[in-house]
Amino acid sequence: MSVIREEVLDKYSAKVYKNRKEHVITVGEGNPDVVSANTRAIPGIITQRGCCFAGCKGVVLGPIKDAVIIVHGPIGCAFYTWGTRRHKAIADERKGEKADSYLEYCFSTDMQEADIVFGGEKKLKKAIIEAMDIIKPKAIFICSTCPVGLIGDDIHAVAKWAEEEYGIKCIGFSCEGYKGVSQSAGHHIANNQLIRHIIGTGDKEPVSKYSVNILGEYNIGGDGWEVEKLLKRCGIEVISIFTGGSSYRDIKNAHLADLNLVQCHRSINYVADMMYDKYGTDWLKINFIGIESCKESLRAIGEYFGDIELKARIEEVIADEIGNIFEELTYLKSKLKGKTAALYVGGSRSHHYQLLLKDFGIRTVLAGYEFAHRDDYEGRTVIPEIKPDADTKNIESITVEPDPKFYKVFLSEEQKNILKEKGILLNDYPGMIQDMDEGAIICDDLNHFETEEFLKVLKPDIFFSGIKDKFVIQKSGFLSRQLHSYDYSGPYAGFTGSVIFGNDLLMGLSTPAWSYIHAPWKSNPCLEARLEVEEYA
Amino acid sequence: MRQVAIYGKGGIGKSTTTQNLTAGLAEMGKKIMIVGCDPKADSTRLILGGLAQKTVLDTLREEGDDIDLDLILKKGYGGIKGVESGGPEPGVGCAGRGIITSINLLEQLGAYDEDLDYVFYDVLGDVVCGGFAMPIREGKAQEIYIVCSGEMMALYAANNIAKGIQKYATTGGVRLGGLICNSRKVEGEEELVKAVAKEIGTQMIHFVPRDKAVQKAEINKKTVIDFSPQEAQADEYRALAKKVDENDMFVIPKPMPIERLEQILMEHGIMD
Repeated sequence: MSVIREEVLDKYSAKVYKNRKEHVITVGEGNPDVVSANTRAIPGIITQRGCCFAGCKGVVLGPIKDAVIIVHGPIGCAFYTWGTRRHKAIADERKGEKADSYLEYCFSTDMQEADIVFGGEKKLKKAIIEAMDIIKPKAIFICSTCPVGLIGDDIHAVAKWAEEEYGIKCIGFSCEGYKGVSQSAGHHIANNQLIRHIIGTGDKEPVSKYSVNILGEYNIGGDGWEVEKLLKRCGIEVISIFTGGSSYRDIKNAHLADLNLVQCHRSINYVADMMYDKYGTDWLKINFIGIESCKESLRAIGEYFGDIELKARIEEVIADEIGNIFEELTYLKSKLKGKTAALYVGGSRSHHYQLLLKDFGIRTVLAGYEFAHRDDYEGRTVIPEIKPDADTKNIESITVEPDPKFYKVFLSEEQKNILKEKGILLNDYPGMIQDMDEGAIICDDLNHFETEEFLKVLKPDIFFSGIKDKFVIQKSGFLSRQLHSYDYSGPYAGFTGSVIFGNDLLMGLSTPAWSYIHAPWKSNPCLEARLEVEEYA
Repeated sequence: MRQVAIYGKGGIGKSTTTQNLTAGLAEMGKKIMIVGCDPKADSTRLILGGLAQKTVLDTLREEGDDIDLDLILKKGYGGIKGVESGGPEPGVGCAGRGIITSINLLEQLGAYDEDLDYVFYDVLGDVVCGGFAMPIREGKAQEIYIVCSGEMMALYAANNIAKGIQKYATTGGVRLGGLICNSRKVEGEEELVKAVAKEIGTQMIHFVPRDKAVQKAEINKKTVIDFSPQEAQADEYRALAKKVDENDMFVIPKPMPIERLEQILMEHGIMD
């Protein structure tokens, strides 16, 4: 199958080829399969990655509804990370405490040339004063953009000033866009500050017997609400979600939950790890995308808590949910079975959606991540092997000590071993490769050129990706669905979400309008010219 | 219009030398503008008699487009026009960006009058970043003089500046016009500076002796030629002005490796 790789990478120069071939593998050909990842994109190649600021402000912090997030920088960085990711939220009240939603607002210091020359700290202070005068939030996050890092504005000093002045939570995030090789660096920076400044500062105890946090769920199209509903039905209390539809109000109580559920491993594993070290909270890699995955995830939670009553309720909920969708599911399966798919999404969805596709009998022929690390492909066992390079070392990595007040052990080592025997992995993620068929292709940091080449070679029925390449794919005559934003649809999580996904897919496959459109220059020459040399002769 | 940039180690006397030199040129009837590229905004003090005008970047801070060139461009001794780029206070913002912004603004405001014979840029310290190289980029200063002394660090800085010039010389056409030795009364100073100049491929265009007359004039916010035109030191600056005006040796410098510089210093007994 590496023939396909050779065909796709054929046009590259020797130097580029040498780099890219390490990122493109065929599952089952290596022993074990190794994917080069989290390395610098090659200059000149249209990579689809984002920047550190996008990872911090756009992904991890953006969905937190009751914090005013001030983007310190020129206006574009704020505008293009405002309302573009479909992370939904509504203002609500929990345990007598309100959380407003400021997601409709866009806060920026709108730095101008004079602020670059003379420093922007004064303007940042002014922005905070304005926010306090008008909105009075309980928390303010300051996110740095590139120029702020270059001129050295001390946002952390300003944050400290705001905390003293107003008695609120104010945190600076030094997430300048140029840091690291992709948005992944921004996730890490956001994770660090969440554990340093927010988690562990609340005191609202859970009211139910079993409580969890959902980590790495960003409520795109309402996914997080769907998952929370499902867990509630089973009798499990959700303390906080990181960070979809979530709030500063809830996240500060996260340390009081019994268990962490990790959906997107890449963006939030740092918090999961550090909460394990600091509070003893175990984490379970779950996946609420896909019917079988939902079942497995719910059952694993039941096994973790080991409560017969809870396990029975989980089975009831599963049976009921399946009952509700069974007819539609059977119909969709009959229509979608045998199709092939390619997926190119951020750092976890490419794995999760393969399992949902499998539920419908759709085979994945190509999958890749934008900004994942090797452990997202190969599993966490590979982490000790990963040599940290200068780009990685440039991103702060923090270690935490057990919290003297809140550290607790929920399961004994013995109980953990029993879980292990049942096949339930704690505090671990086995990666994407182990869920893929032999012969399928993995492509890390895919680019526009390779996308077009893969389309020609693999001809998948559906190519799942994002807005950056959606139209390239469509105009090549293939169905393209966005897995970052769900093309204004969703939720896709949970049992009912799976059916919504299946219907969207069937709708697209049944109307292959783009495949009927051919650019005129593909069949007829568009330029007419006459050779006039002879006339002079 | 000849555009000249003056570089050199911090505290070596760039501003003093520039202003005294331009005073000499003004005496010869030349029309001159000095652009101070130091955030401290003290490059035109002796020409303007201590008059603190608004800096170019001050105009940027204020909103509104009603910027008057007269507010930032003041005439002083011998009709020399002085303008200060200005910049942030120490430890804040970006002084380098300030210089880029300021020179662009000056062009937009029409400060570069066709009638000018000379524009002098007095640039702060070493060429630490892109901003401080702005005056020697394409279309700006075509010739550079480095002010130095016989002290080791001054020559070290001069060699570093030569590296910066070399970079822009190949793309922007800027050339080194020579080293101006602002004497610190170091033993064998003139020979040492001459030797370094030769090694870099340029000349020591003038040796300005150390004289109390300079300080005296400075206290009175004046150049020597303005304050005490009869002093011998005034003639030194007149001589420098004449040499600069008649200079025809413009080279792409050949900065030397640090080892070679140390060797020259040793030969002249500075490192004993």
